[in-house]
Amino acid sequence: MRVQTVKELEELRESLKAAQKYEKEIVVSANATCCILKGSKPVVEAFQSELNKLGFTDKVKLRLSGCLGFCEIEPMVIIKPLGVLYQRVSPQDVPEIIKETVCGEKVIERLLYKDPVTKELAKGMAEIPFYKKQKRLLTERHEWIDPTDIRDYISAGGYTALSKALFYKAPDAIIEDVKKAGLRGRGGAGFPTGRKWEACRNAKSPDGVKYIVCNADEGDPGAFMNRSLLESNPHSVIEGMVIGAYAIGATKGFIYVRAEYPLAVKCCRNALEQAREYGLLGNNILGSGFSFDIEIREGAGAFVCGEETALIASIEGKRGMPRSRPPFPAISGLWGRPTNINNVETWANVPLIINNGADWYSKIGTAGSKGTKTFSLVGKINNTGIIEVPFGITLREIIFDIGGGIPGGKKFKAVQTGGPSGGCLTEKHLDIPVDYESLTAAGSIMGSGGMIVMDETTCMVDVARYFMKFLAEESCGKCVPCREGIDRMLDILTDITEGRGKESDIALLEELGEVIKEGSLCGLGRTAPNPVLSTIRYFRDEYIAHTRDKKCPAGVCKALITFSIDEKKCKSCGKCAKVCPTKAVSGKKKEPYRIDKEKCIKCGLCRDNCKFGAVIVS
Amino acid sequence: MADMVELTIDGIKVRVPKGTTVLEAAKEMGIVIPTLCYHEGLSPYGACRLCLVEIVRGKRSTLDASCTLPASDDMVVLTNSERVKKIRKVILELLLSSCPNSKVLQDMAANMGVTKVRFKIKDRGCILCGLCVRYCKEQMQSGGIGFVGRGTSRKVGTAFEQTPAECRNCNGCEWICPVCMRACRAGQLVEGICGGCLNLAVVETCPICVKCSESVGPEGHTTYRK
Amino acid sequence: MEASENRLYDLTALEKIFKRFEGRKDDILIPLVQSIQEEYGWLPKEALRLAADHFRIPLSKIYGVVTFYSQFYLTPRGKHLVRCCRGTACHVRGSKRVIESVEQKLGLKDGQTSKDLTFSFETVACLGACALGPIMTIDDEIYGHMSPAKVSSLIDEHLRRDKDESANR
Repeated sequence: MRVQTVKELEELRESLKAAQKYEKEIVVSANATCCILKGSKPVVEAFQSELNKLGFTDKVKLRLSGCLGFCEIEPMVIIKPLGVLYQRVSPQDVPEIIKETVCGEKVIERLLYKDPVTKELAKGMAEIPFYKKQKRLLTERHEWIDPTDIRDYISAGGYTALSKALFYKAPDAIIEDVKKAGLRGRGGAGFPTGRKWEACRNAKSPDGVKYIVCNADEGDPGAFMNRSLLESNPHSVIEGMVIGAYAIGATKGFIYVRAEYPLAVKCCRNALEQAREYGLLGNNILGSGFSFDIEIREGAGAFVCGEETALIASIEGKRGMPRSRPPFPAISGLWGRPTNINNVETWANVPLIINNGADWYSKIGTAGSKGTKTFSLVGKINNTGIIEVPFGITLREIIFDIGGGIPGGKKFKAVQTGGPSGGCLTEKHLDIPVDYESLTAAGSIMGSGGMIVMDETTCMVDVARYFMKFLAEESCGKCVPCREGIDRMLDILTDITEGRGKESDIALLEELGEVIKEGSLCGLGRTAPNPVLSTIRYFRDEYIAHTRDKKCPAGVCKALITFSIDEKKCKSCGKCAKVCPTKAVSGKKKEPYRIDKEKCIKCGLCRDNCKFGAVIVS
Repeated sequence: MADMVELTIDGIKVRVPKGTTVLEAAKEMGIVIPTLCYHEGLSPYGACRLCLVEIVRGKRSTLDASCTLPASDDMVVLTNSERVKKIRKVILELLLSSCPNSKVLQDMAANMGVTKVRFKIKDRGCILCGLCVRYCKEQMQSGGIGFVGRGTSRKVGTAFEQTPAECRNCNGCEWICPVCMRACRAGQLVEGICGGCLNLAVVETCPICVKCSESVGPEGHTTYRK
Repeated sequence: MEASENRLYDLTALEKIFKRFEGRKDDILIPLVQSIQEEYGWLPKEALRLAADHFRIPLSKIYGVVTFYSQFYLTPRGKHLVRCCRGTACHVRGSKRVIESVEQKLGLKDGQTSKDLTFSFETVACLGACALGPIMTIDDEIYGHMSPAKVSSLIDEHLRRDKDESANR
């Protein structure tokens, strides 16, 4: 199976395409962690057994794809060539799907996506509002590819870019392409990728050895785009890495995946083995004379290892402590050799640029931010999932058109971007274009792509405290501003959320935040105060309410809220008393129930279970 | 002739060999930048951040630790600007809040005009400057003591808290520590400041104890634990 | 408890792991320790000592690395690992209350193991299934859209499976 030349690869591709000419195809999004969580396995098994029973396995291709993006409506099934998309499929639906849609070419309406507002039924992906405004350059291929089989990737055109790069372009030309395309690092900082590659290529190595690394240590809570990409199309990343290694002159690469992603690790390992088997990785790739291989390293549970110098220390077998820069990794990285580190999504963009050209790529996006970006749209939003949009789209379009707005008829309050290094954007930012400069100017950052939507029931002071707690645990502890500074910021925020705050604390937080920003050694420390500073900037009134008035307007901070029952709304059904874990609720039939404030632990179970909205939080 | 670079520190032009740090370059001109985790004979670490200086690039400027920053051509450095002074004071406040009983830190506070520590005092008995660890590894080629843990639970310790086989009993870790040899004896700290920086009483303490053969007094080696 | 003690003296398992990393430089420390933990469920001191001797890596270095990363445990873990995600998306969707319910049900706080070694509980910063939060995992099984009400029944389910297993033996 080893492919020795480009010609052989092309012939293989043609023969695979011919072999793929099935009459019908059923695609089930089954291979990513979320899909499995939502119950795709029983659906797959049902399809397998039904197709076997009916003897259809030669005529109908069952393809198990990776993530299709719209997690909310999983498990998803697409029937081709009809192009029908079914949502929330259960194993019981399978026989009907095969009979009606696969054989009978009829649509089963109850399984189609129904727009909650217009009530219109969507036949296929293109009609679903979630997908309409997306530009799925990277992710659309997921529906044609079974990530556990390299042949799918090859027949879908994979490794064409590699052939082009190795035989029709010189390394310098490839770097020029990447520069011209305007690709910026997708890990968060947005540094121009072409310039980074150039610096690494021009750097001198004491023994000629250079390294490239794929940073898959996606530590931002709420972000899972990289996991989705690795579990759905690992070869796109591998291909990008081989091209990059050739351009830079690296002989060895690493994929550093966090240990919390066991399926992504497994998927990568499998993909690497298959790539080696087919001669697309290893010695003398495609007969070009270029040799390169990749090793997987698993993270061991440290958010700070997403930072380049800490990541390098981790691969070197040490504690993941960042070090000061200069020297930059491109000049002196792993074991003192020039090392180029890029994010998963950055690598996946490379084959696109080589295949379609830098001009094509630079036409997408805005002047300063080219191409598309994947985001994980989560939190208080109707349509949760992974989206891919061109830079320049507005937040309003993302949250309301793609995301379908806030559930439960609640009001949009803020969206957090950039994880613990980012900030909150509010209602007044809804119409800013999503690109690197605009988000930074508004006090946040692009980050790796986590987009967490919050509504009126989210307390922004609690959110700030949440991020500080996270960062305090993840700080490596080397430098004083970060280690002690974040800890003291957390102390102050804890005091505020527990009712012991003073109004002067707000200014103290701002002062301390500036010191941590300017004085810290690495990116983690320097961006750590962002969540606090941005929430103070846009939600100062909430901080004042907590400190001066000892109130939590969103009804979240336990020490500042009390639960009570509205006598007019109470129907004496007794449900609240039944679920109360401390028996704080009492009452009799025909009398409004009451909450004993001494016993109440403010768990909120009564409010959740009251159908009449009679439980008030003030 | 070695490669030289020319930079400007506090308005004075300095020429130093390539590879010299800004801290060392400043020292050449007699400009003293406060440090804690820096020692001439050991590798620079950049952890205490007291040596921060302002690097001006056109209209913008950033702060960076001078002990790890290599001097480069046309660099413009300010070692004592208002911005630097302001940040240094808060860093010192943070240091004091985590190690109040240190004469060295109390002296610095008095010098810089820090009169109040506004943060919760959590005495760790150690500023985690790493001098002892680096001394053990680089000077004594031992590495018996090292850093353990992460974040605020990071501390200097030994494997499984037992005497390391590699310990040379040199006592260098205690000798080089900038805070443990000079513990403050002031009875009451008022808001973290003792105001008694002229107190010359020295107390032998050490944040870690490797139970080496050195002993202090008839009771043996004392450990300073809060 | 007995099982893990016996395994400590099962040096063949350790030898097999060492063979895999034979001849490599000391940068393989983390994958090596990960393999040891995968085998024993935690990192016995003896195993680390043997690794230090075999690969000539100072024990202080191993200890420093092991205490830095959250993944490594120096005390035995329970048979079932219950994890709750405390990531931002899950937090915004109410993971705090799910965590409190688990704490109440198991009688354990984050990072603790029950005395009879049945359960270990920990919270994780993000498990990467954010769209379906709050998330809880018990061993290899992931549960989404968690609520305090579901906690008890899911944990009981696993206990019931244990009983069935031992009954069938």
